[in-house]
Amino acid sequence: MPVEDPATQTPADRRAPAPQPGDPLAIQVEGLEKSFRIPTHRVDSFKERLVRPFAAREYRELHALQGISFEVRKGEFFGIVGRNGSGKSTLLKLLASIYRPDAGRIRMAGRLAPFIELGVGFNMELTARENVVLNGVMMGLTPGETRRRLDAVIDFAELGEFAELKLKNYSSGMLVRLAFSVMMEADADVLLIDEVLAVGDASFQQKCADAFHAMKARGKTIVLVTHEMATVEEYCHRAMLIDGGHIRQIGDPAETGREYLKLNFERGVETGDATSGPGADGARLLDCWLEDAAGERTTTLEHGEEIHLRAEIEVEREATGLGVGFVIANADGLGLFEFGTQVKAADGSDVVPAGTRTLVKAQLENPLAPGRHFVHCGAQSNRGGGVHVYVHNALDFVVFGTVGTKGIVSIEHEIEASVETEEKR
Amino acid sequence: MTVTTPDADLREVHGPSALGGGRRRFFDLLWLMAVTEFRRTYFGTVFGYLWSLVRPLMLFGVLLFVFTQVFKVGSELDDYPVLLLLGIVQFTFFQEATTAAVTSVVAQEGVVRKTQFPRLVIPLATVLTSFFNFCLNLVIVLVFILAWGVEPMWTWLLFPVAVAALFVLTAAGSMILSVLFVRFRDVAIIWTVLAQVLFYATPILYPLGPVGEKPPVLDEWQEHLLMLNPLAVIFEQVRVWMLEPSAPSAAEAAGGAIHLLPALAIFLGTCAFAVWIFNREAPRIAEDL
Repeated sequence: MPVEDPATQTPADRRAPAPQPGDPLAIQVEGLEKSFRIPTHRVDSFKERLVRPFAAREYRELHALQGISFEVRKGEFFGIVGRNGSGKSTLLKLLASIYRPDAGRIRMAGRLAPFIELGVGFNMELTARENVVLNGVMMGLTPGETRRRLDAVIDFAELGEFAELKLKNYSSGMLVRLAFSVMMEADADVLLIDEVLAVGDASFQQKCADAFHAMKARGKTIVLVTHEMATVEEYCHRAMLIDGGHIRQIGDPAETGREYLKLNFERGVETGDATSGPGADGARLLDCWLEDAAGERTTTLEHGEEIHLRAEIEVEREATGLGVGFVIANADGLGLFEFGTQVKAADGSDVVPAGTRTLVKAQLENPLAPGRHFVHCGAQSNRGGGVHVYVHNALDFVVFGTVGTKGIVSIEHEIEASVETEEKR
Repeated sequence: MTVTTPDADLREVHGPSALGGGRRRFFDLLWLMAVTEFRRTYFGTVFGYLWSLVRPLMLFGVLLFVFTQVFKVGSELDDYPVLLLLGIVQFTFFQEATTAAVTSVVAQEGVVRKTQFPRLVIPLATVLTSFFNFCLNLVIVLVFILAWGVEPMWTWLLFPVAVAALFVLTAAGSMILSVLFVRFRDVAIIWTVLAQVLFYATPILYPLGPVGEKPPVLDEWQEHLLMLNPLAVIFEQVRVWMLEPSAPSAAEAAGGAIHLLPALAIFLGTCAFAVWIFNREAPRIAEDL
């Protein structure tokens, strides 16, 4: 696989030439509609069906998609963005033939990779080798073809020595690597991807990025669904914004990105724009970012890896007793916990002079369950003229890992269980 | 947005279905899934296959004791042990396959909800896995039959026909159960009870027709009634073909070949219903899960 050196290229260069209007189509969607019936009372046994024969007749109709039409050309990298519940995942599932449309038509050229998430076809009880063969066949290769490609897949995932190991003994990183190589090797013409770029450690992420560029170079068509505008702007030729089951914007990724931010802005009182906005008076949040242990900026953390949060705040007026703080929220927007401190000037006083910048450094343990998280950041001083700034979703990051936790956080604990002996009773 | 270039390459996407994604892929997947699962269950552990054999053999041992020592019905019939063993091994296949199939689609939730996967592969693969096990068990039964002193007969060649019928019926049942379970979770419990009922409604423990010198266990009308059950028809015919040519054939037990038609109708009806309901539900499985 040809590997480009991303360091020497700007994002714009790294984008393969965009397909032109005359190029053949890879995906054509016309008037797509899909709604779900959500029963007010779910009947899930024969017993209940007998007791309440009409219970399931009452339901609420949820219109997930209402008349979506678009086209994707061969070789295009197409982004779909939208908030939670906007219908973007439903659209992807329709494209992938997991759901059947209520109305409208989907047409596609070439072979489609039938996965929308990495590693879904994996059986933990089987070895990597068996899983690769099974997955290959799922993608439409013959068992013979798959066996021929087996070594290449294992090599790409850098798992040569673990090929005969059952997947249940794999680490999360190894699983992701294997899943990704399987997908790359399937050599499908059209790929549908739901938020996969932010997985694995930094070096494998780079490898994935390279692989994506190589796929672009080979003229593969990729449809990517994501929350992350940075990804869309870096990779996509065109992007589509879905809101409430309708197409809100389609075209230039940067334009779509701005529209997406505007949409978030309309929803919340506060802005998603990290520099200014109505949430600010006399203070500005200049930047907010996450660092890894080495002090490099990052957007992903492994489950349990320490969180290093940084923010830079500038006050326009002198502020006394300025407090700064962060709120960590999960993907559902639920605030998990907050923490903050008072800003101290160099001389130990609590007066922050006008025009100065404050660097906030926070370091905390990472109890967060795997998934996407958001950071809200704010600063406030009530004395004197009073300044404040609050930025909703100033930063988002992904915690990866496969720890099966039922909660939203995992906290340190001591627990003991012992069998009582006769005497103690 | 309007359609600009009609492209010859574009093919309509029809959404999920029972067979979805091409015939070849369907059979490749079916075979591969069944074989991998079979290898894992029966050869993954040292005792894997032995355990699967122990269960029917234990059942056989207990029933043989009860029905030859406690109730004397078995001891009157020379071939009773082989008849019982053959019946138990056949029924074990039917019961194991259908029971495993009930939860199969729901157990593969991730695959169903996140990949375009031919839905029918899932229950059929569990049936096929049990079928491989059944074939292995049959080899042992065959050895037992020969050791018992049954002379090979040309009618043994007809045995595969009965096995094929049993396989089709099992597969049809599995399709119905697996797809119903997605919507009604008490199907699993209901089926455990129904399977037990079917066990007694099939001539496994008790032979049809005269028992040695003694009169038949069942009344004539009871035998007729029993022959409504397609499983009973298959099992009785296997008895005639494999062990006792003199035993009443399914047609004789039913009181004439014409009276086998209801059983045939039930058999075909089950198959047709399985195909119909699976095709109807397959596109919606991902949404109902």
